[in-house]
Amino acid sequence: MSKKLNLSISEEHQEYLRKQKAYQWKVTITQIALLIIILVLWEFAARVRWIDPFITSQPSKIVETIIALHREGYLYYHIGITVMETVVGFISGTILGTVIAVILWWSDFISRVLDPYLVVLNALPKIALGPILIVWIGNGAPAIIAMALLISLVVTILGVYSGFSQVDSDKIKLLQTFGATKLQILQKVILPSSVPTIISALKINVGLSWVGVIVGEFLVSKAGLGYLIVYGGQVFKLDLVMASVIILSLAAAIMYKAVLYLEEIFMRCR
Amino acid sequence: MVRANLMVEMRNVSMNYHSPEGEIEALKNFSLAIEDGEFISIVGPSGCGKSTLLNLIAGLIVPSSGEILIKNKNVHGPTSMVGYMPQRDQLFEWRNIWKNVILGLEVQNKLNEETKAYAEKLLDDYGLIDFKYSYPYQLSGGMRQRVALIRTLAVNPAILLLDEAFSALDYQTRLLLNDEVKQIITKEKKTAILVTHDIAESISMSDRVIVLTKRPATIKSVHKINLTCEIDTPLKRREAPEYRQYFNTIWKELDVHV
Repeated sequence: MSKKLNLSISEEHQEYLRKQKAYQWKVTITQIALLIIILVLWEFAARVRWIDPFITSQPSKIVETIIALHREGYLYYHIGITVMETVVGFISGTILGTVIAVILWWSDFISRVLDPYLVVLNALPKIALGPILIVWIGNGAPAIIAMALLISLVVTILGVYSGFSQVDSDKIKLLQTFGATKLQILQKVILPSSVPTIISALKINVGLSWVGVIVGEFLVSKAGLGYLIVYGGQVFKLDLVMASVIILSLAAAIMYKAVLYLEEIFMRCR
Repeated sequence: MVRANLMVEMRNVSMNYHSPEGEIEALKNFSLAIEDGEFISIVGPSGCGKSTLLNLIAGLIVPSSGEILIKNKNVHGPTSMVGYMPQRDQLFEWRNIWKNVILGLEVQNKLNEETKAYAEKLLDDYGLIDFKYSYPYQLSGGMRQRVALIRTLAVNPAILLLDEAFSALDYQTRLLLNDEVKQIITKEKKTAILVTHDIAESISMSDRVIVLTKRPATIKSVHKINLTCEIDTPLKRREAPEYRQYFNTIWKELDVHV
């Protein structure tokens, strides 16, 4: 049917499509122009000393810093560590959170008992537990990963559990009339119909995990982009701080896109 | 008193629900006998316990007192004798039509060449074989409901429980599907219990219409439907001369107030 439409495309429709395309171009060009204007203004303002580049840094210096880091080979080491900690953090947070949500779904008693604890843990800013984690687990990557995990865990449990509870009761009833066991209900309806909920928890966890990892690296101060930022701040190398922040935002954006891609694959073959 | 052709028998069944707010009597001293191959409809005021009745026969809940027998055997939990058809089709969007149809077989661990062939035959008989690998969203409401019926039939139950099975459909689809489902159920020689709000539907589909009272539900009246019509389909039955009479009687008995 759509082929037929394409063959006999009307003048009016062509005009409409042309306008749509032109509008899209306008948006894209403005987006790029905005970025260029900010960068040029920043660079210019720093060169003519409207602003102090010692405090604000400047695009050319940031690029130099990134190239220097690249030459020294440290850049990828730090990116690698931070990305690894984040990925491990949000994947383990999502898996562990889902497993605990399954336990809560399985046993009404456990769910009722744990309810107030979850409410308190959810309200608590998990970052406050950072020093405790470092003392318990040690001053290194495991503590940072634990931080990232902790920050996403409770949100995942609550989100996925409420997703489980929202599964249509008639679907469950249907399986029960077939004589399904609780495990079968979990496998055949609860988990598959909660795939979108779990994926959206995963998406939230990517963001939370970054927060956990960067704060963790601030505290541990050994390696990673968070370490570069906090180190750069302490020695007043704003070029390094800015460079790290920009790399960090790129890494975070790429990871988010990767998760969106993963979502597409999952939704297709659940 | 064992009658060979008795499919479902409820003897003095009462059902009470408990909640912190109190106790609700849903059914009280309810007795009903349904013969093999019979199609009965249950109509009654909203919230009168019609669904409770189906849940009891399906073995999903245990009665507070009384007995429920299927083929002279006490009901303890769900059995493969009973198939349940929900209000909306409840097809699983992430499964294709074939995977939806064999859901019950999967759950009951009865997936083998023989049962697969039967499920396949049902799809073929009822014009859905071309959609075997389609997904539910690609099908119309009426087709989806037919798939839901085949999913129920695939495990080969003796009794079908139709819980407002047509009420989510638009009027035309509903009339057509009434015809089709009735035809399928007759052909597959199933006993059927239809719970509905629709008086017209109940008369046009069934051998007997049972009218329930308000909660706690008891039987108010039973109407054996005898219609003179040449072609015995739900749509044609609506044209029978006695049809209006049944309608008016049941309408008055239901005593609907808005």
